[in-house]
Amino acid sequence: MAATIGRLALAAVALNQDEYRGIRRALGRDPNELELGMLGALWSEHCSYKTSKSLLRQLPTEGPYVLQGPGENAGAVDIGDGLAVVFKIESHNHPSAIEPYQGAATGVGGILRDVFAMGARPIAILNALRFGPLEGGRNRHLFQGVVAGIGGYGNCFGCPTVGGEVYFDSGYDDNPIVNAMCVGLVAHQRLRHAKADRTGDVVLLVGADTGRDGIHGATFASVEMDERSASRRPAVQVGNPFLEKLLCEACLQLNELDGVTAIQDLGAAGLTSAASELAHRGGRGIDVDVDRVSRRELGMSAYEVMLSESQERMLVVVRPEAETAARQIFDHFELHADRVGNITSTGRIRIRDAGAVAADLPLKTLVDGVPLRSPAAAFGDKPPSPVLPSIEEPEAVLLDLIARPNLRSRRPIYRTYDHQVQDNTVIGPGFDAALLRVPGTHKALALTTDGNPWYVALDPYEGTKAAVAEAARNITCTGARPIAVTNCLNFGNPERPWVFGQLQESVRGLADACRAFDLPVVSGNVSLYNETSERNIPPTPVIGMVGLLDDLSARCPAGFQEDGDLVFLLGETHEELAGSEYLRMLGARVEGRPPMVSLEMERRLQAGLLDSIGRGVLRCAHDVAEGGLLIALAESALFGGRGLRCPSIVGHVSREAFYFGESQGRVIVSVAPRRVPELQKLMAHHHVPLYAIGVVGGEDFQVGSDIRVPLDTLRAAWETPF
Amino acid sequence: MRTGIVVFPGTWSDRDCAHAVGEILGEPVRYVDHRERDLHDLDLVILPGGFSYGDYLRCGALARFTAVMEAVSDFANRGGLVLGICNGFQILQEARLLPGALLRNASCEFRCEWVHLRVEQSDSAFTLDSRPGQVLRIPISHGEGNFFADPHTLESLERDGRVVFRYCAPDGRVTAAANPNGSLRNIAGISNARGNVVGMMPHPERACEALLGGDDGLAVFRSAIHALARVPV
Repeated sequence: MAATIGRLALAAVALNQDEYRGIRRALGRDPNELELGMLGALWSEHCSYKTSKSLLRQLPTEGPYVLQGPGENAGAVDIGDGLAVVFKIESHNHPSAIEPYQGAATGVGGILRDVFAMGARPIAILNALRFGPLEGGRNRHLFQGVVAGIGGYGNCFGCPTVGGEVYFDSGYDDNPIVNAMCVGLVAHQRLRHAKADRTGDVVLLVGADTGRDGIHGATFASVEMDERSASRRPAVQVGNPFLEKLLCEACLQLNELDGVTAIQDLGAAGLTSAASELAHRGGRGIDVDVDRVSRRELGMSAYEVMLSESQERMLVVVRPEAETAARQIFDHFELHADRVGNITSTGRIRIRDAGAVAADLPLKTLVDGVPLRSPAAAFGDKPPSPVLPSIEEPEAVLLDLIARPNLRSRRPIYRTYDHQVQDNTVIGPGFDAALLRVPGTHKALALTTDGNPWYVALDPYEGTKAAVAEAARNITCTGARPIAVTNCLNFGNPERPWVFGQLQESVRGLADACRAFDLPVVSGNVSLYNETSERNIPPTPVIGMVGLLDDLSARCPAGFQEDGDLVFLLGETHEELAGSEYLRMLGARVEGRPPMVSLEMERRLQAGLLDSIGRGVLRCAHDVAEGGLLIALAESALFGGRGLRCPSIVGHVSREAFYFGESQGRVIVSVAPRRVPELQKLMAHHHVPLYAIGVVGGEDFQVGSDIRVPLDTLRAAWETPF
Repeated sequence: MRTGIVVFPGTWSDRDCAHAVGEILGEPVRYVDHRERDLHDLDLVILPGGFSYGDYLRCGALARFTAVMEAVSDFANRGGLVLGICNGFQILQEARLLPGALLRNASCEFRCEWVHLRVEQSDSAFTLDSRPGQVLRIPISHGEGNFFADPHTLESLERDGRVVFRYCAPDGRVTAAANPNGSLRNIAGISNARGNVVGMMPHPERACEALLGGDDGLAVFRSAIHALARVPV
């Protein structure tokens, strides 16, 4: 083989000539076909983060409660009582674009495995979804398939899908965003690391047989898509949630066993990635007998077995003397386990096929050797804010706005997800954040995913800050304190300078906001090359956040609770309409400066909110988000089934901005009249502006002389089906 | 009430049922593996919700062939109390312990939401504590809960008072709008002739704590306790 290699052969594994030369240098020879396939998979963007790694170093990943930061299957944070919360978010955009049901289903399957590989029992699933408008092209097909796939997997597995978000924008035509987050619980001493650090350990491959599905999945997720992508359907895996459930129960029992060194799930790049990462983390080597892997079909080559992404498989590393006990557990669950290899002290991965060495690579090269890429970055100039049209009929605008796909009730979606199983769901989907009881304690976890794509499109730095601030605000509205972050960065093709510029600014915003709120980023995922036929998705960072509520009885709902309660707006409203759903409804271009987050103001607001909820002053709290103040008020009215009477409300901004602008750092609250002085005092103490809005009660939603609409009419608009 | 909770490989409401009966009501509970054949130590057997064998075939179609289902049949025939919830209801039908079938929801979608149930009779072991006409608020969570039976079976169920629960509006009216899955005559739960075996699609174990949205489901389990106290089995 020549020093350079055919362009096609490299394109098949998505490597470039420079990378190939690096491989030759490291090996001192040309890699054989199997080795090149393995290197291509692990050096893919999806597995190696070669383009984003240097940026991600900015993120704060440590904190007093962090038990496990990035680099493992999932992150882990101490929540007291000897318990840890384990969580991560991951993308499955590329497979979902080709085969929406299985793409989304296996996205859920993959993130569940990441959590139970850590020894934790999965207690909740969340998601973040983006599609093109449902009227266009394949978008409805993708939307229905993805929602059905998420439900199909989670419902059968028995883990509740408790929250998420979905937005529609033509920027996602044919390239949907499908991010799934899983949250689990584990006792500290049972928290497991996927680190094979004992030479002589036995490596077992447990679960599904290996088939030809998903070969080159990691590579596929690392290149742009085109009209030929549909022919890559074999690169999409097929899920079996029933088998996953057995694997989960078996792994959790295994976790109690002495002599189990490590558990690692097989995800992107299949056996290649799982085996090499396990051994490399432990500073060891690994021998894999590829002929011992049970296969689904005849005639599979070593290449296909090593790169298959067949789902529902785990690698389990045990001391030789523990193998029998481990097998008893697998037998109980009628799971198949192959002894596929051993941990060695060589620092290399050696693949043997019928006794002959088929591949032999240094792990350092395979796992860590990829040269980092630092593409050119370009930054868009920020066009001026759009000219504001004035509202003629506020009531009609409100009814149209609340019926928009981006604002209407998500109930038709989340009622197809089992959001209750495991009996911990105190606040389910449809509100600011989900709230789950921590079994055996008085505590609860608040969970949310957030990311407004339009703010990020206008200004990746400010928009990403806003995503973190909004997630924290959503958590805070339940009364819980944000404790840690996971993130999924969905961007276009980073080889285009303006896309890399977006990524760079977005990560800077993420880092700054997380530092300001003292929130460690404990896990995450980057999905690049979300580009279809040269169209790139809008930059889409998604924040997954976990909060802790020490006393479940102090939780705060989002809907109005009692007639006669007084409603206040906390926070400041600015003349900000750019990026709003209101302007999009009017057909305005997405341009201008997005709503700005003052991290200082946001901290004060959230501190004031937690203080007043903790003292039982508030009857409800609800984040002001997309759609602005009137939408937030309408939602609290609809959640609580109670009307609202407001005198004429005007701020020092235009009526449009006050009603429908999306200024950040705002929350609406309701409070019993006798506790108003307390609220005023607390807000003064925290330097948070307080603005009286109206009184809860009646059958109507009424704002001055502008709007008087029966709650039923409002509800009918809000419940417009998808 | 010595309660056995049957665990098939894909069962997931087992721990929720154990939480409701064991922790909330404080009754002794044990899990029963699908390979077990001996249930003589039990007063009540619960077949909980889940996807027993993945339900890629008809729901419950494989579970009926397990060792434990033979034992459950004997147990039921001897008069032991059996409650099938959701997938458990489907399995009881497949095992011919209850009549009818549960088809795909009319919406063709999975549905997880709170519904209202009208108690149709208080003779079954699981409705003793309720009065006919009483409305219970309990969640459903299923894709295949659309009750179907041939006209003859349906008539005999009605005539013999074996329809235990019907989906209804909050005020107890049985309406088409209150039917979440297309079930014939809004049927949500039925019993066998003797009243010791009941199958229901809604999940009473999810409605045992106000914290989680309501505790009307307790009536179902409490009835069983009282049924055992009243009738020597």
